[in-house]
This record gives sequence, structure tokens and C-alpha cells, in this order.
Amino acid sequence: MTTISLLYCPITVDDVDAAIAFYRDALGLELTNDVASDGHRWVTLGSSDPNAPALVLSDPGAGRSPEDGDALHRLVAKGSGPGPYVFFTDDLDAVFERARDAGAEVLQEPMSQPWGTRDVALRDPAGNLVRINQAR
Amino acid sequence: MGSAPQDPRELAHLRRARDLIDRDFAEPLDVPTMAARALMSPAHFSREFKTAYGETPYAYLMARRVERAMALLREGWSVTDACTSVGATSLGSFSSMFTRLTGETPSAYRARPHDAVEAMPECLARLLTRPARFG
Repeated sequence: MTTISLLYCPITVDDVDAAIAFYRDALGLELTNDVASDGHRWVTLGSSDPNAPALVLSDPGAGRSPEDGDALHRLVAKGSGPGPYVFFTDDLDAVFERARDAGAEVLQEPMSQPWGTRDVALRDPAGNLVRINQAR
Repeated sequence: MGSAPQDPRELAHLRRARDLIDRDFAEPLDVPTMAARALMSPAHFSREFKTAYGETPYAYLMARRVERAMALLREGWSVTDACTSVGATSLGSFSSMFTRLTGETPSAYRARPHDAVEAMPECLARLLTRPARFG
């Protein structure tokens, strides 16, 4: 039987270093690649699960025109960009406390949703919406 | 007004104010409190918020309250309890606002079946029943 699954998930961030501090240092993902070219940068972060998709952080102008990059930058900054980016973890409280202590903007503390999921909602430093679910 | 693109740093301040509304809509939130979160004067904040999001901060707050009230009414809450629970202080003016946004009164909405919404996952229902505010 043929299998297919998502391999990379691109996330646009205005400040790649600030985003690394969030996704690697606060959430606990692992930096696996950091490529710079033509003034742009692509940073790949993987998780402890080798079969899970990797994130690719890049600046708004990477791979698009300056005009499109500016438009995307504004969408992300005002909280209307792509997303949410939804993660799951086996220890929601620990991840949440690390993110909060690192200064992440908290939209929702850990709570059980009516549909059964226990989760939190955060902004990454660029303004992307990140939800983290407790794995069941 | 609204001709020059807004600065991303200013948009990030507006986002924090909008997140505050999303989080605390059931509290007695007023525009000066929202504006303070955005580090702006109330008049400047209202203008910039509307440019960024297509509606005033007050309209956005009311839409969030109506959206939440709709969910409570679907669960069978009384109109009065739903109204109070979303932070509205006057039943009459909240009912008018609800009717203006949804096209039906809270009692009529509460009384009718919601088969389509009940059949979908609740996280989707929350998005799809969000009252349209740009018409």
C-alpha cells in the first residue's frame, strides 16, 4: 500500500533568531539545519519523532518578491497569517511552563476543550498562532 | 486614511489588543483598556484597528460576545444567562446586537434546531458559526 505524509511545514517569522529561541529553547525542538542564501535564511527544526514533519523557519521575503514578503510580514504580525500550527506533547504542563517562562504570549492556559482535547494557545514571537495538545 | 501600509510593529501591538479581546471578551472591557494593550491612544487605536481588521474594536468585541452566546444558546442556556455570561450588561441592547448580527432574535435562535452545527466537530462549529461582520 502506498504511504504519504507531510515532511516539511514552512513557518514565516520576522526574526529567525527569536523564533529559534521559541521553537528550540522553549518548545524543545531540535535544530537540524540552518541555511543562508541571498540575504535570506531557512532554519529546519525536527522533533524527537523522526517520522514527524520538520518545521522550516524563514523570513517573509524568502522565496518571494519584496512586495509579497512585506504583505506576508504584515499578515503574520497582525495575527492573520497562516496557521494555527498544532503540536502535541506527552507533557503539556512542562512545555507550557517553559514557553511561558521564556516570555511567550499566552492566549490560553492549559484547559480541556469541550471536544475532549486538553491544550494551550500561544503566539510565537513573530505572531503565528501555536496550539499544543496533550497527547492522549 | 489607510493609504500607507501599516507598520508591522504597530500591527503586532494591534494583534495583542485583539488577543486581549479574544481572551477577555466576557469581562467589562472598554476601548481605553484595549488601547492601552496596544500602547496607543484610544482614538488612534480605534482607527488603526479598523484599518487592520476591517471593523472597530467595539464591533469585534460584540461579535465575539454574540458568537459565544450562540454556542451557549445551542447548549440550551436561557437567553438571560447567556447574555450575562458573555459580559453584556443590558439584555435589551445585547438582544438587538445579536439580532442585527445573526438575523434572528436570541430566543428564536435558541428555539430552532441546529442539526448542521451539531453534526460537525465543535472546533469547526466555533469557526463556521462566527457571525459575518463585513456584509
